Amino acid sequence: MRTVIRGGRVIDPASGRDEVADIAIANGRIQAVGDVPGDFDPDRVIDAGGQVVCPGLVDMHVHLREPGQEWKEDIESGSRAAAAGGVTSVACMANTQPVNDRRSVTEQIKSAAQRAGLSRVHPIGAITRDLAGETLSEMHELASAGCVAFSDDGRPVPDAGIMRRALEYAATFDYLLILHEEEGALSAGGAMNEGAHATRMGLAGIPNASEDVMIARDVILAELTGGRIHIAHVATAGGVELIRQAQAKGLRVTGEAAPHHLFLTDSDVGEFNSHAKMAPPLRGPADREAVRAAVADGTLSVIATDHAPHEADAKNEAFACCANGVTGLETLLGLTLRLADEDVMDLPTALARVTSGPAAVLGLEAGRLGVGEMADICLFDPEAQWAVEPERMYSRSTNTPFAGWELRGRVTHTLVGGRVVYPFGGEE
Amino acid sequence: MNAPASPAAPDALPRHFLGLEGVSAATINRILEEATRFRRLVEQPNKKADTLKGRTVINLFFESSTRTRTSFELAGKRLSADVININASASATQKGETWLDTVRTLEAMTPDALVIRHAESGTPHMAARALSSHCSVINAGDGTHEHPTQALLDILTIQHHKGPIEGLRVAIVGDAAHSRVARSQIHALHTMGAAEIRLVGPKTLIPARAEEALGVQVFHDADAGLEGADVIIMLRMQLERIRGAAVPSQREYFRLYGLDRRRVARAADDVLVMHPGPMNRGVEIASEVADGPYSVILPQVTNGLAIRMAVLKLLAGGESA
Repeated sequence: MRTVIRGGRVIDPASGRDEVADIAIANGRIQAVGDVPGDFDPDRVIDAGGQVVCPGLVDMHVHLREPGQEWKEDIESGSRAAAAGGVTSVACMANTQPVNDRRSVTEQIKSAAQRAGLSRVHPIGAITRDLAGETLSEMHELASAGCVAFSDDGRPVPDAGIMRRALEYAATFDYLLILHEEEGALSAGGAMNEGAHATRMGLAGIPNASEDVMIARDVILAELTGGRIHIAHVATAGGVELIRQAQAKGLRVTGEAAPHHLFLTDSDVGEFNSHAKMAPPLRGPADREAVRAAVADGTLSVIATDHAPHEADAKNEAFACCANGVTGLETLLGLTLRLADEDVMDLPTALARVTSGPAAVLGLEAGRLGVGEMADICLFDPEAQWAVEPERMYSRSTNTPFAGWELRGRVTHTLVGGRVVYPFGGEE
Repeated sequence: MNAPASPAAPDALPRHFLGLEGVSAATINRILEEATRFRRLVEQPNKKADTLKGRTVINLFFESSTRTRTSFELAGKRLSADVININASASATQKGETWLDTVRTLEAMTPDALVIRHAESGTPHMAARALSSHCSVINAGDGTHEHPTQALLDILTIQHHKGPIEGLRVAIVGDAAHSRVARSQIHALHTMGAAEIRLVGPKTLIPARAEEALGVQVFHDADAGLEGADVIIMLRMQLERIRGAAVPSQREYFRLYGLDRRRVARAADDVLVMHPGPMNRGVEIASEVADGPYSVILPQVTNGLAIRMAVLKLLAGGESA
């Protein structure tokens, strides 16, 4: 299939391109950007007038729940949500059941993703077997099966000695470790951010220090070992500062922010709203501002959703007991655009954080619109307003704190390798 | 409290009684006036009224409690309601039913009030949101959040002995971090015009950013915190916190924060000493004070019954919205 996307505003943050242009696609790759060669005879023309054409989004922090918890989400439903959200590459965390700490699970994920055929799914292997924090997983075996990084996400690696060895071993092969930073003894029993709101609600709090001390520990260990680390879902001003200092020293430390930490604070817990419960918790306004500033200046080069689907019953427990996490794939683009609307950063920078930024951290061939690149592309109408309606989402779970929000920017087409995967049931 | 579900009479109470944060002085006064009438009733030989005849009150306790449950049970019975007590921690939930399903199942039996006690903060709020009938939810203590009837019985006790709350200096001593009563007391004391509310204790027992969150003054020095206080409310020290890391030992805690005769002398001459019970004698309070002339600990219990009668009458009796 030879495709031309005609007359859209092409924004490719990686190359700095931002102009009205055509894109020609053949054999799953981009053949031309700008002027389409006269002899290029397309089978299909997508009229992109008035739309933005950008690289397909890369979400490097997603829980697809398969294998093991398919009632929350499976690879097919998660891929569908990704396609509807303009996300063409998904990196999925290892906390499945069984844990993705063995080749068979990695292969199972990849083959289910291939069957769904809606997005590129990149498994992340566990750092330690069964996420227990005790024995290193077979990282080389997992990498050869297709894992693009390693993470015990959902849990920290509590033992500093194990963390040191994990970093040393990973550094041997230049593998990336993605770290969930939480000091268990400091967050034990906590249900939300420690602060005035938790005190009024009578909920045990989790101090910022729970994140910060672990980020500090792991930055120090990265320096000791020469390891490459990426700090997941950074939520505190202190965490941002530690990452900034590490980068200034030349350490290989990157980080990401989740949309909920960019838009919400602990006061959004309101009257025990379980959709505002996540780990790390929503922090205070100063933290939100620090995380926003870090995304704007590139200290955090990635916005990643931490898409964590849960069925209604898992959220329908007392606040302190209910499951952590929110869905995110279908609101990622709208919320990212809102950062530009709120003048936190310009539109190309915002798009970089969900395209070339995460692709660079993971070393993926994705997130770019250059000639010869894979034709993973998102088209969206930047003016279209839409309301977040959980019942209309494609994810199997609807635990979003953004229900009812009015967002601007609606995905019209998602292409993976030149194939239109959204709208569903399109031409192919 | 929740917003009324339907147009209400001008002086009607909200449908649910979930906490005292944001509750108006008018509402509190209405409950206190009703309780004052019931207090006279419970002191008479014939203690029973027909107020709730034909109404049903279910005490649904997911966390064990002797005094609060007994107080609610007696309050309902004195008003002639049909009162059912359910110790849910030992029944349905052990068969795998969720606590919210238990609430919904009981609602289907058409009670007029569900009195809920639960170890987790916010559960009565969730229950209230889940109900579809006009049954009222009354919070009998949720986690470390609120215990509104306990706080109102304290307000009633203070008023009874000292007159209006307005202008009083109140010191709350002990484990405020884990106390649902303290939060409710603080809200009610503010609403009723207390001049000063002080929290007294070591940093390990004072909730995070208490000044900002609750509008109190924090004292780590007990002598300074009690200076000139008109009312001292002692909080129960959970003994497991002493075995943990919050306080090194009972001995050290009593030395620093225990209420003995010497410390009482720092307060106002006519100070009132209160304790929600059950007391740990020699840990937070000395017997000489607990049984001494300033103590109103037993009248608090009697007032608790009157407050619960008032709340049940106003909500289960159909006077709420």
